[in-house]
Amino acid sequence: MFLINCPFCGEREQSEFKAGGEAHIVRPKQPTELSDDEWAEYLFMRKNIKGIQFERWNHVHGCRKWFNMVRDTSNDQIKAVYKMGEKPPVK
Amino acid sequence: MTNNLRFKTSKFIDETYRVSFKFNNKTYFGFKGDTLASALLANGIHLVGRSFKYHRPRGIMTSGSEEPNAIIQLHDNSSRTEPNVRATEVEIYEGLVASSQNCWPSVNFDIGGINNLLSPILPAGFYYKTFMWPASFWEKYEYFIRKSAGLGKSPKVADPDIYEHKYIHCDVLVIGAGISGIMAAKMAAKNGFKTLLVDEKSYLGGSSIYDNSEFSKINNQLVSSWLEKEINEISKLENLEINTRTSVAAFHGYNFLLARENLTDHLPINQRENKVRQRLLKIRAKKVITATGSIERPLIFDNNDRPGIMLSSAIKKYIDLYGVACGENNILFTNNDTAYETAMSLIQRGIKINAIIDNREQIDSKISYEVEKNNIKIYKGYTVVDTYGYRRINKISIMKLSKDSQTVIGDKTKLNCDCLGISGGWTPAVHLFTQSGGKLKFREKDQVFIPNVYPSDQISIGSCNGDFGLEEIIKNTLSSIKKFLDIDNSEYKTVETISGLNQSKRNIWLLPSDKSIGKTKSFVDYQNDATAKDIKLALREGFRSIEHVKRYTTTGMGTDQGKLGNMHALGIISETAGTKMGEHGTTTFRPPYTPLTFGTIVGRNVGEFFDIFRRTPMHDWHVANNAEFENVGQWKRAWYYPKDNENMHQAVQRESKAARDSAGILDASTLGKIDIQGTDASEFLNRVYTNAWSKLAVGKCRYGLMLNEDGMVYDDGVTTRLGENHYIMTTTTGGAANVLGKLEDYLQTEWPELDVYLSSVTDHYATISVCGPNSKKIVSKVIPDLDFSDENFPHMSFKNAEIDNIKCRVMRISFTGEHSYEINIQANFGKSVWEKCMEAGKDFNITPYGTETMHLLRAEKGFIIVGQDTDATLTPIDLQMEWIVSKKKYDFIGKRSLYRSDTIREDRKQLVGLLTENPEEVLEEGAQIVADIKKSPIEMLGHVTSSYYSPNLKKSIALGVVKGGKNMLGQKLIIPMENKNINVTVADPVFFDKEGERLNAKL
Ligand SMILES: [Zn+2]
Repeated sequence: MFLINCPFCGEREQSEFKAGGEAHIVRPKQPTELSDDEWAEYLFMRKNIKGIQFERWNHVHGCRKWFNMVRDTSNDQIKAVYKMGEKPPVK
Repeated sequence: MTNNLRFKTSKFIDETYRVSFKFNNKTYFGFKGDTLASALLANGIHLVGRSFKYHRPRGIMTSGSEEPNAIIQLHDNSSRTEPNVRATEVEIYEGLVASSQNCWPSVNFDIGGINNLLSPILPAGFYYKTFMWPASFWEKYEYFIRKSAGLGKSPKVADPDIYEHKYIHCDVLVIGAGISGIMAAKMAAKNGFKTLLVDEKSYLGGSSIYDNSEFSKINNQLVSSWLEKEINEISKLENLEINTRTSVAAFHGYNFLLARENLTDHLPINQRENKVRQRLLKIRAKKVITATGSIERPLIFDNNDRPGIMLSSAIKKYIDLYGVACGENNILFTNNDTAYETAMSLIQRGIKINAIIDNREQIDSKISYEVEKNNIKIYKGYTVVDTYGYRRINKISIMKLSKDSQTVIGDKTKLNCDCLGISGGWTPAVHLFTQSGGKLKFREKDQVFIPNVYPSDQISIGSCNGDFGLEEIIKNTLSSIKKFLDIDNSEYKTVETISGLNQSKRNIWLLPSDKSIGKTKSFVDYQNDATAKDIKLALREGFRSIEHVKRYTTTGMGTDQGKLGNMHALGIISETAGTKMGEHGTTTFRPPYTPLTFGTIVGRNVGEFFDIFRRTPMHDWHVANNAEFENVGQWKRAWYYPKDNENMHQAVQRESKAARDSAGILDASTLGKIDIQGTDASEFLNRVYTNAWSKLAVGKCRYGLMLNEDGMVYDDGVTTRLGENHYIMTTTTGGAANVLGKLEDYLQTEWPELDVYLSSVTDHYATISVCGPNSKKIVSKVIPDLDFSDENFPHMSFKNAEIDNIKCRVMRISFTGEHSYEINIQANFGKSVWEKCMEAGKDFNITPYGTETMHLLRAEKGFIIVGQDTDATLTPIDLQMEWIVSKKKYDFIGKRSLYRSDTIREDRKQLVGLLTENPEEVLEEGAQIVADIKKSPIEMLGHVTSSYYSPNLKKSIALGVVKGGKNMLGQKLIIPMENKNINVTVADPVFFDKEGERLNAKL
């Protein structure tokens, strides 16, 4: 079970958090202008990488804030956490 | 004890405290301090069970948690009965009852033993191959397999014991209290680390605590004496907590570990009352030191499984720790020096050693010379090729090994014995390390896997790290702990060691035999009866991956996870396949290290603590009025209120009729309530609901439908505009938490610019819904100051009001199609207002109704329940709810998905009403709907989602989803059931009061 460093609360047990899938997927501003394929790209396509992955997490049983995490999915090492809207601190 | 197997030597055995116990219905005696295994051995009993597949007689093989054979049933015929317990771990107490498993009618005469004679036809994969075909025969096979196999019996009544969970946070966790674990714990605690030391045994010190050999010394003292002083010292340390009888079951990532602490298992039953039996420790450690030691390897040769064949280290422990001789005429069979330590322990007590068989041609160590000096014949370069004796070993035959270890040569010699100690060297116990995600490396020199890459802040020390010699253990423990803890003071000045052992070994995974492999039974996995022959067969049949070989042969798949034989399996695979050891990796070691009881896993979460119950403010009233309850999420909701001897159907029919004829009252407090405020609240609702919100006047209510981005219906409910920038949203009972989460997600991540604040107020308000033609009269009596005229208070509007000076909100909204009012009041007044409504409604036969009637009434009106009539595959269009989807709004969640090529298909499943040909016939929810029963295969068009008998329409009604159902109005379809086909007609989903006249009727 991870120990996650919530950017607002500090280190907490993983059981307080909820994972929210891949990060940095921006909802299109004008969905009606998009073709089916373009909309599907936003709606369905996720990378699901083995290795360094950018993810959304929510401190659901805590401050309820969403934030981003950089995690190596091959060994579950958390490389960084950062607030929504911030640039990832690692590549 | 009167027999000659018990020696008065051990300080661990209290010989003044005699303990009686029963094994297989016979009474025996042991002493306090004995394990069940040591007590049985002291009584001359080796045969304790039968093997799983061949039902071969099996005896105690080890002295610890790695035991594959001596697994027994503890506590016969009681609620405490427990299968698969290792006799080597059970501490005996007065009145203990245990019995053998896997045998019928008795361990000495077992009918399943015939499998042993049939074994040529029971090769690896036998079950897979034989019972696969024909599939319909499986039921017959299963009956016989289950009758003759099976691992023990489970209890049939509730467990009377108490279990609990405990969280522990520490700086340093040390797993294993052997010599290196004790040293590490002392160094950590003395340097200011809050330290926890755990060991699975009842005592500290591991195998060193009974190491009284003159050939191993620390600072010129016996290892046991030196260690006793160390233990004495650490037991006084303030920073150190020590938990014995505590087995680490799992080592997860980020140094999170689970351990099972045994608290009462060693006590007589009558002393366990009201005490916690086992505790699951949830440990989060900043640093973990693994000092789990190593497990002695057996040797793999023909018939290496007879009772009386034991690990040589176990024989040593039984004599040194428990004062028990495992045999009176012993032979030791080894490929390394450790068996000579066992020999010295036996020699010291004058126990006969007939011979030592050593694979090595040359042996050069002080201890071996000493053994030889005692006139014990050592057969150098020899191997055991066979053993004899059915219920107990009585003879072995040996032959000389060829130089290349591939064959045996020369004459066969037979030697008598009643106990054979075997030693194949040592396997580091890396199980926990690999569980944590650690990567191993293979060390050629002595053919062991040792820790290589640590995934977290942890270290392995001692023999689990591949350090086997005393000097190596102490030196490396000191230096690596100093580095690991970053400390200057090791707390140890000089530690001088001497050892009479050297580390040479002649490693042969599968010992050669004079027989062909097909004629041998060389067990690799004792518990699952997997032999070397089976592994070779699997390879011959094309299996290469270790994980596949494991499953095909079941090697390592028993309750012991193959702690003894996994390495040999790997060795045999690599030798046979001609690959290098280490290339195949190892199989995965999975938690728990040793089996856990269900009690430990669930802890206190049993009975009413199994899950959280949420009760509404009116809960006690419902209980007092005979309500039956239904679980909706964590809520206990009143389901129906049976009167006299009514069954559910009768109660629901009565309630449903009363609600439409006069008045009904429903506790709707469980509906999710979200308070929404902010200058952008209207814009926010525009984006999350399918319909438009900007123009909703203050004081008005509106029904809203919420979608996922994929266009599928997610939740629904009525939202009321309380003020210019203030709304209260209601959600479904089950969806409340998720809807709040979803709204927060969009606000925080997609639209942070919106000025909107959300608060969950579900628990803050009690919600009482009064419906029916007389509802207005009733609520007017409860709130006399409020103007209930239709002009002032029309349908879909809200008023602030007061009941006895307590503020409340009254909404005129309806989920039943009846004229109805919803009173929302501060939760702690819920019950009293409910009672006021009941009192006010007395003259109108006000009838409390539960969720079942609510569902029936709304189904009459064709109102959907999200989650019952929908399943995340239906759009509002599929639900025939186009009316609620705004055409004008540029965007809302899910809008773009409503015209994807898939969502505009005409043949999607769509919500329809269903009427049965026979109006008395009520459909089963979930039943399939078809058009053509003769077509093969029958095409499933959809299924029934809601179905009731309507007392108001006096006929059966149902909702369902049907492919292309929208255009099938009036069409006949079929519901095929087990014994009949039911004819139905597709109908409009609104069955009752289609024009909605009742809502607006003048009352
Ligand atoms: Zn937080």
